[in-house]
Amino acid sequence: MASRKNKHKIFFLSLSRYYGFYTGGFIGFVILLAIAEQMGMSNAWIGYIFMAATFGLYAGIGVMSRTADISEYYVAGRRVPAVFNGMATGADWLSAASFIGMAGTLYLSGYDGLAFIMGWTGGFVLVALFIAPYLRKFGQFTIPDFLGARYGGDLVRTIGVFAAILASFTYVVAQIYGVGLISSRFLAIDFTTGILVGIVGILVCSMLGGMKAITWTQVAQYVILIIAYLVPVVMLSQRITDVPVPQLMSGQVLQKVTEREQDIFNDPQQLKARELFKHKADETDARIKGLPDSLSVERRDAEHNLVRIKEAAASDASAIRDAEQVLQNLPRNEVEARETWGREAEQLRASAKAPHPHAEPFPGENEKERDTARLNFMALAACLMIGTAALPHILMRYYTTPSVKEARQSVFWSLFFIFLLYFSAPALAILVKYEIYTKLIGSSIADLPAWVAAWGNIGLVKINDINHDGILQLAELTLNPDVILLATPEIAGLPYVVSGLVAAGGLAAALSTADALLLTIANALSHDVYYKMIDPYASTPRRMIMSKILLLLVALIAAYFASLKPDHILSMVAWAFSIAASAFFPALVLGIFWKRANKWGAVAGMAVGIGLCLFYLVSVKFYGMTPWFGIKDTAAGAFGVPAGMLTLIAVSLLTPPPDTEARNLVEYCRYPHLKNDADGNSARA
Amino acid sequence: MPLSKIHQEYWEKNLRMTAALLLVWFLATFPVIWFVRDLNTFSFLGFPLGFYMAAQGSLIIYVALVWFYARHMNKLDKKYGVAEE
Repeated sequence: MASRKNKHKIFFLSLSRYYGFYTGGFIGFVILLAIAEQMGMSNAWIGYIFMAATFGLYAGIGVMSRTADISEYYVAGRRVPAVFNGMATGADWLSAASFIGMAGTLYLSGYDGLAFIMGWTGGFVLVALFIAPYLRKFGQFTIPDFLGARYGGDLVRTIGVFAAILASFTYVVAQIYGVGLISSRFLAIDFTTGILVGIVGILVCSMLGGMKAITWTQVAQYVILIIAYLVPVVMLSQRITDVPVPQLMSGQVLQKVTEREQDIFNDPQQLKARELFKHKADETDARIKGLPDSLSVERRDAEHNLVRIKEAAASDASAIRDAEQVLQNLPRNEVEARETWGREAEQLRASAKAPHPHAEPFPGENEKERDTARLNFMALAACLMIGTAALPHILMRYYTTPSVKEARQSVFWSLFFIFLLYFSAPALAILVKYEIYTKLIGSSIADLPAWVAAWGNIGLVKINDINHDGILQLAELTLNPDVILLATPEIAGLPYVVSGLVAAGGLAAALSTADALLLTIANALSHDVYYKMIDPYASTPRRMIMSKILLLLVALIAAYFASLKPDHILSMVAWAFSIAASAFFPALVLGIFWKRANKWGAVAGMAVGIGLCLFYLVSVKFYGMTPWFGIKDTAAGAFGVPAGMLTLIAVSLLTPPPDTEARNLVEYCRYPHLKNDADGNSARA
Repeated sequence: MPLSKIHQEYWEKNLRMTAALLLVWFLATFPVIWFVRDLNTFSFLGFPLGFYMAAQGSLIIYVALVWFYARHMNKLDKKYGVAEE
């Protein structure tokens, strides 16, 4: 035993040395690129070098970690020290949405966006208290494994596999979409090629070395993504407040933002601009109502206009081109018109809406709206927290530590590394808001900074001087949430190399999450379905081959869906949390804490949980059902979890108690080490 | 598999600690959201207090909770002879 402990220590020290060198090397690499930029290296080349270096690095770690050992492949040999497992979980957790989207959401929604910040950190308290140590002691490979062993029978396992795939698949599509977006923008290739490049990056790792390769790559990816997030925020804080600690300084900046908001919101030109947007929105609504006649009128007008311009004596080429463009851009038929104009009206109405102060909680027209907003904030935070403690790709990571003790410590490190980013995101949103409110709003549209035009070119920043006063009012500026983080380096006036760093960070976040999710899906199919249910006598090489083939298939299917650029992809990610929470949380927690929970209780509880959750979110989102208590579809778990929990308890009590084997398993999981454990794994089915 | 009294005591202590920390987690989350307007009448580091809690304060409490639980349980394991090795 002592020698094993010693071996762990040596392994830990050499890992620390490797990653220490690696981090130093990466910082050196960024500094070298910064010098090269000063000496005249072009932006495109900086992009290529960043991309090639990081992809090469991930592929290199993947090749070095290739393995044919089943335990290495599924759970990284169960020897990942707590700190490194924490970093890997951090990279696993921080997805494209957290890295790129979070700051933007906070910028746009102010206080109400903080539900994500609280939900995505507070969930780890539940992981620590209810799940991680017990799952580690159980010590198998997947989450359905635990459910299958605890409750017995393939039925529970099958429901588990179904829920794991459902929750992970939408999530992975969103990640691959993110990879495609960043690499296409960054390497100036088209979106589909960007996705293919990303898929290759993902597969090199996971196919060669499974969990082992993914773990060591994720540690490397965490280092890149946290540096990439903190560098621009710290520099922006230094520029605005002269102190490089954004978390500490943003309170004062928030006060300044709040003062400035009064002037901006009540500026007469701002009010006029909002009035005009509202007027235009109403006009658009009238056009939609007047369909199909309104469309034919517009087409006729556009055609007349074109003819008139062509016949005019001094017609110039560009005027003709413009008029042709107008005609071409008209919707082709009634259905298309309804859709495009509907979207237009929605955007106009958003610009016309009264902005609300950043620090104001639950803005609303009246007390009832404010109460609903508060209820939604609580429900969303609760769903995200419980979902965190139920997402298979996160829980799987706690199988990989060497001991129960390290599993507990590893939850701490996971939360700590995740906290570093979420703790900085609200500060970033405030600092960027300060810059935009003081530097952009109220200045002449003719001389806005260059980044506005650069991001405007790809449609992420829109300016519409609707009151024609040549000055930018708040209502006239529309920002896509993604632009907040991506443009921060330019807003802060930093060299292009920092933009490259941020893109590399976003890519690291998306790739690492996609890796883990794909592996979760492939493992659910190869381990739980194929090995445990179809062919329990399959040889190890056969199981590995199956897993790799499935990995490839799932990756290609996910890439196909991502290439369709689905509209609802971001709200679908929030669904994953509600689905996982409703399906897994009651069965996992009661499975450990309540010996009386039995098979039929678990089957009924999981089925009711997922069923209610899916019913609610589909009916509210797509069939216009009136939400219960005003709760939005993204927080569907607020109904699914309690319903699943109650059903599990009620049905368990109505059916016979579980057999001794299940009770023994519960006891086995509850104690990190029992004397009887030594004589074999009798309790592990 | 019969468990000794000591084992049961260990589990009860674990349950008690879990419940206590869960209560702290709950207090750091839901009342902080529900009463945010009242909290906002105070200010901390320049932030309205309710805003600060959701942006940083509760997060710090969560990290501390998980750290404390790991330390406490790892000690408890040793005391009750259920630690690994």
